[in-house]
Amino acid sequence: MTTTGQETAEGKVFNVAGQDWDEVVQGVGDGDDERLVVNMGPQHPSTHGVLRLVLTLDGETVTEARVGIGYLHTGIEKNMEFRTWTQGTTFCTRMDYLAPIFNETAYCLGVERLLGITDQVPERAQIIRVMMMELNRISSHLVAIATFGLELGATTVMLNGFIEREYTLDIFELVTGLRMNMAYVRPGGVAQDLPPGALEKIREYLERMPKRIKQMRKLLDANPVYLARTKDIAYLDLTGCMALGITGPVLRASGLPWDLRKSQPYCGYETYEFDVPTQDTCDVYGRYLVRMQEMEESLKIIEQCVDRLGSVRGPVMVEDKKVGWPAQLAIGADGMGNSPAHIAHIMGTSMEALIHHFKLVTEGFRVPAGQAYAAVESPRGELGVHVVSDGGTRPYRAHFRDPSFTNLQATAAMSEGGMVADVIAAVASLDPVMGGVDR
Amino acid sequence: MSDEKKPQQPPAQTADQAADRLPAHKAADRREQPIARTGMFGAGTTGDTSGYGGLVIRQSPKVSSPRPFGGYFDEVSDHLERQFPEFADAIERIVVDRGEMTLYVSRRHLLEVARTLRDSPELRFELCTGVSGVHYPKDTGAELHAVYHLLSMTHNRRIRLEVTCPDEDPHIPSVVSVYPTNDWHERETYDFFGIVFDGHPALTRIEMPDDWVGHPQRKDYPLGGIPVEYRGAEIPPPDERRSYV
Repeated sequence: MTTTGQETAEGKVFNVAGQDWDEVVQGVGDGDDERLVVNMGPQHPSTHGVLRLVLTLDGETVTEARVGIGYLHTGIEKNMEFRTWTQGTTFCTRMDYLAPIFNETAYCLGVERLLGITDQVPERAQIIRVMMMELNRISSHLVAIATFGLELGATTVMLNGFIEREYTLDIFELVTGLRMNMAYVRPGGVAQDLPPGALEKIREYLERMPKRIKQMRKLLDANPVYLARTKDIAYLDLTGCMALGITGPVLRASGLPWDLRKSQPYCGYETYEFDVPTQDTCDVYGRYLVRMQEMEESLKIIEQCVDRLGSVRGPVMVEDKKVGWPAQLAIGADGMGNSPAHIAHIMGTSMEALIHHFKLVTEGFRVPAGQAYAAVESPRGELGVHVVSDGGTRPYRAHFRDPSFTNLQATAAMSEGGMVADVIAAVASLDPVMGGVDR
Repeated sequence: MSDEKKPQQPPAQTADQAADRLPAHKAADRREQPIARTGMFGAGTTGDTSGYGGLVIRQSPKVSSPRPFGGYFDEVSDHLERQFPEFADAIERIVVDRGEMTLYVSRRHLLEVARTLRDSPELRFELCTGVSGVHYPKDTGAELHAVYHLLSMTHNRRIRLEVTCPDEDPHIPSVVSVYPTNDWHERETYDFFGIVFDGHPALTRIEMPDDWVGHPQRKDYPLGGIPVEYRGAEIPPPDERRSYV
């Protein structure tokens, strides 16, 4: 690392790494070039993951913002073509790692549409899916607000957000065996029914969360420092949102109550009572408010789910034995696996059940050829999945339209012409998750 | 097959119903189709003990759905036909399957069709949720497909556009001028499939490194593709490793 400027074709280049900046400032001051190109990221604490921003600055004003992505590309879509349809959930859950349940559900809705079994998914499985999605929405929004606080320098917000997220993850751990990347939602239903004590734990959560959300709102809603950093910052109106394909809280903060849960319901969302919060400020503060209100609405939905799960019994996997996972899974001392009863059945009493299990688990089920598009309202907007089948046991192609990927395109529109410090607020208000962006 | 039932069908239908609605394949049509796969279990290394080794599975013939399509699909198609004079030229065929409508658009007309779909008040597909590439190496003359999903928030409708181009001439016009949101989506499809979107403002790789060779999500590109160095040892790509399949 050197602080003396190197002459290159593009101009003078300085590499700075936390040492004495006097020389750099001196060097920049000497030049007659007012334009300064600053590289932020890909490893920068406030670029929200491995995101690279190339900013052209004129003083403190950003004249050009470019976004570089791809540092977290893991080839999930390609990998899914080499695994069975069911194994696909294990891959796609890892895309947007803050909203794994949404990735799984979108994918499974696509596969179910290809199979034509959308109506056959048991009611209990749909209720569990909705409940898990809304819990996930809360945990994702909490991280959005927590990291947002951190990026603006408010560690209290960060700590509070992450503490509350832990309580959500505890529920995930109890229900699925894992805190993240659960692969819980499967084509045809969910991997297993709720364990004993889950509903009680969620009821406790429902008692605790409203108070905690209120506390966080007290901390932020009218905080003058927070308002100064968020009000009228990173303005993007409805026209901009539509042109750039922005969905989710950013779109709803520009006044359009577009929410797929209301407009194109799936998993039975039309039977739940909840509102779609909107703001018309088109700024960072509006997006924050939308997220906060959405968490409160999610709590309402979870409460309705818990009430229904108390009375709605039945299977959580589609009845069709050619599609439904043969085993009921159970959480043992060493994690989640086939239930002991099922093992005893296939290994001890029924050869046919063993063959069936073996065929369905190793080879997988066949999906009629064709293509389907399914979309869910993820915490960040429309998460769409385009699945193509050639009639085989593996996806011919699975493409995910991740909302983070699309929304991140708005970075330039939101931050050009603003101050360099507001770029951080702009990116954080989009809440991109790079795992989803790069897939 | 059950033609009388069609008008009552709502767009949300099951797959087997959709299969009924598509015209039946004639045996002669099927035999002309390219071979999709042979054998049954994908095993090529050992002798055939299954008896299915000689099985030949051909691709489905390219069918188009007969009118009426049901739901709002007829309305969309009628409006487009009225608004877009070259409809017969531009729309190669229409498939309604699994409650979704696919318009196969010729690439010459893609931009105009997209513009009509966006601007006409009766259609108003104001949101494009990106482009997804699909590679069909056996589909001679149309190996690369670009699939666009359009959403009309005004009318709460969805349709799909599918555009094809041959491998030798992988060019499709860019729709960024109509849907700016497709900027990154087209870059991604170029990156992974090698489809060149003519008229894109800056068609460069987006996910893979700039100097990457090949387009990884094509079917002729193996999984992994390159050896990986890990702690000094070189790990071969998955397709060159020992395999029991």
